[in-house]
Amino acid sequence: MIDTLVFVIGGMLAAATSILFASLGETVSERAGVLNLSVEGMMATGAAAAFGIATLSGSHALGFIGGGLAAGLLSMVFAALVLVFYANQVAAGLAVGILGLGISAFIGKPFEGNTIEKIPKLDIPGLSDVVLVGPILFHHDVMVYLACAMIFIVAYVLKRTQLGRMIRAVGENPQAAASNGIPVRLVRCGAIGFGGFMAGIGGAYLSTAYTALWAEGLISGRGWIAVALVVFGSWLPFRVALGAYLFGGISLLELSLQSHGVKLPSQLLSASPYLVTILLLAFISRDQYRLRLSRPMALGQTYRNES
Amino acid sequence: MLDLALVPRTERSRSAPIVVPLIAVVLTLICGTLLLSLIGKSPAAVVHSFFIQPLSSLNGIGEIILKAGPLILIAQGLAIGYRANVWNIGAEGQLIVGAIAGATLAIIFETSNSVFLLPAMMLAGAAAGAAWAGIAAFLRVRFSASEILTSFMLSSVALQLLYYLVTGPLRDPMGMNFPQSIVFGSAALFDVLIPGTRSNMSIFVGLAATVLAWFFMSRTIHGFRLVVGGMAPDAARYAGYSSARAIWLSLLIGGACAGLAGVGEVAGPLGMLQRNLSPGYGYAAIIVAFLGGLNPIGIVFAALLMALLYVGGDFAVVSAGVPNASATILQGMLLVFYLAASLLFTHRIVRKSVKVAA
Repeated sequence: MIDTLVFVIGGMLAAATSILFASLGETVSERAGVLNLSVEGMMATGAAAAFGIATLSGSHALGFIGGGLAAGLLSMVFAALVLVFYANQVAAGLAVGILGLGISAFIGKPFEGNTIEKIPKLDIPGLSDVVLVGPILFHHDVMVYLACAMIFIVAYVLKRTQLGRMIRAVGENPQAAASNGIPVRLVRCGAIGFGGFMAGIGGAYLSTAYTALWAEGLISGRGWIAVALVVFGSWLPFRVALGAYLFGGISLLELSLQSHGVKLPSQLLSASPYLVTILLLAFISRDQYRLRLSRPMALGQTYRNES
Repeated sequence: MLDLALVPRTERSRSAPIVVPLIAVVLTLICGTLLLSLIGKSPAAVVHSFFIQPLSSLNGIGEIILKAGPLILIAQGLAIGYRANVWNIGAEGQLIVGAIAGATLAIIFETSNSVFLLPAMMLAGAAAGAAWAGIAAFLRVRFSASEILTSFMLSSVALQLLYYLVTGPLRDPMGMNFPQSIVFGSAALFDVLIPGTRSNMSIFVGLAATVLAWFFMSRTIHGFRLVVGGMAPDAARYAGYSSARAIWLSLLIGGACAGLAGVGEVAGPLGMLQRNLSPGYGYAAIIVAFLGGLNPIGIVFAALLMALLYVGGDFAVVSAGVPNASATILQGMLLVFYLAASLLFTHRIVRKSVKVAA
C-alpha cells in the first residue's frame, strides 16, 4: 500500500511535468488574449529537436534549450499569422499544429525508436531519506523542481509586475492598452513566444527525461490536454498547475491499476484522460457567469490597429 | 525601391478567391522543394513524383479520386460549421464511429445479398457520426464546453473504441487474432468506378454532398441563419436566430458527413473494419475546407489538390525516397500560406509613391 502511494504521488509529479510546462506557457499566451491551439505540434517539435540535439551532443541541457528554441521559432510562424496577417486564431493554431507534427516527424526520423539516458535524479542529503516524504517529494530530476518553480514565477509575473499588467491589459482590452502606449503586438508576440518555448521544454522533458525515447506520435494528445487545463484552471497559474498534477495522478493510477491486475480493457484506460478532460471541461464551463469573469475578454479576437 | 503599402479594401475582391489559393500552392511548392533539396533530394525528382507520376497513370488518377471522395464529403460538412463559427475539429473520430456503425451492419448481415444493405450501412454511418458529434454539441449547448476541445478529445476516445472492437467483439473469429473484422460480402461494398483502379462509386456521395451544401447554404433560410450567426453574432441574436440551433445543426451535419466518409472507407478500399481506417482525412479535411474558401465549389478543387498531395506523397516516398512526414509538412505549409495570403481578401497592395503623387 505504501509502495503504491509513493509510486502514485511521487510519480505524479514527474508525469505532470511536461504538461505543466506547456499549460503554463499557454496560460501566459491566453492571458495576453491569444488562443494558440498549436501546443500539440509545438510540443512534438520541441520533443524531436531536443531528442536529436541531446543524442548528438550528449548534453541534456543543450537538448532542452534546443527543444525550447525550436518550438519557440515555430510559435513565431503562428505569431506572424495572427499578428501580421490578421488570421483567425483557431485556424492559425490548427495550421501551425499540423505543420509542427510534420516537422517533428521529419527531424525525428533518424532517431525513430531510439532511447536516451534519463537525466539523473537529485538526491538531497537528509531530505531524500525521510520516510514517505523523501521518496515522494525529494527524489526527482531537476526539471520537476523547475516546473514547480515556474508556477510561482508565472503567477508572480502575471500578478505583481509591470510586464504582467501589460500582458493582462492586452488580453482584456487591446484597444485601451494601445491608447495607453502599450505595444500590443510586441507584448502578444512575446507571450506567444514564451508559450512556444514552454511547450518545447514540455515536449523535451517527455522525450529526453520522462519516457527517454523518441517515436512519432509521442505527445499523443498531451498538448490538447494542456490547452484544456488552462480553461479548467480558469487562467490562474496555481489552478492550472493543480489540474496538471491531477492529470499526472490519473496517468499513474492507470499504470498501477494495470499492474495490480485490475481487469479493464486497456483501451478504456487509454481513453480515460480524454474522457476525464471532457467531463472536467463540462463541469468547469457549466457556470458561464463565473467563467466569463476569469476569461481574458479579448481571448481569440483578432487585433487590428488600423481602421 | 518599390514602396508598397497595404490598404483595407472597401469592396469585395473578385480575383482574391482564385489568387489566394494559387499563392498558397506556389509558395508551398517552392518551400517544399527547398526543404527536400536540403536533405539531398533532387528538386526535379521530387516534383516529378509528387505531381507528374500520379497524373500519368490510370492507377494514379483512380487513387486521387479515391482519396478526394472522403475529403470532399467531410470538408463540405465542416465548412458549414466553420461559416457559423462552430469549430468541429473531431471529424476523424466521427469518421471512425461512422465506419464502426456501417461495418457492424455488414458483419451482422454477412451473407446478405440485399441491395438495401449498403444504403442501410450509409444511413447507420451518418447517424453514428452525427450522434458522436452530437455529444460535443450537447456539451457546448448545455454546459458551454468548448466544442474545439471536446470534439478533438472525442476523436481520441473513438480511436480507442475502434481498437477495442477490432481486438474484441468485431474481430474475425477465424482471422488468427489479427485486429480486423471479417471481409465484407460484395453487397456491402461500393461498385468500382474505373475498372482496374481502386476508385469507387462513393465519389458520387461527395459530389451529391457538394450540391446539397451549396443549396443549403445559399438557398435556404437555415443556411442563411448559420452564416449570419457566424459573421455577425449580435445581429443574429437581434433577429432571433438561436445560437443553440446553429451549434446543433453545424455539428450534426459535420458528423453525418464524416460518418458517411467512414462507411466509404470500410465499404470501399478496405472492405473490412481494421485499425487503420483513415490516413488523417478528418484533419486534412480541415485544410481542404479552408483552402476551398469554405465554398462548396472551391472545396472540390481543394480536395483534388489535397488528394494529389496524398498520392504524390506515397509515390515520392517510394520513388524519390523522401520521408513520410513530408506530406504532413506540405499540408501544414499549405494552410499556413493560405491564411497568410488571405490578407488579400480584406486588403490590397498599393504603391505608396502613387498615393503621395495623387
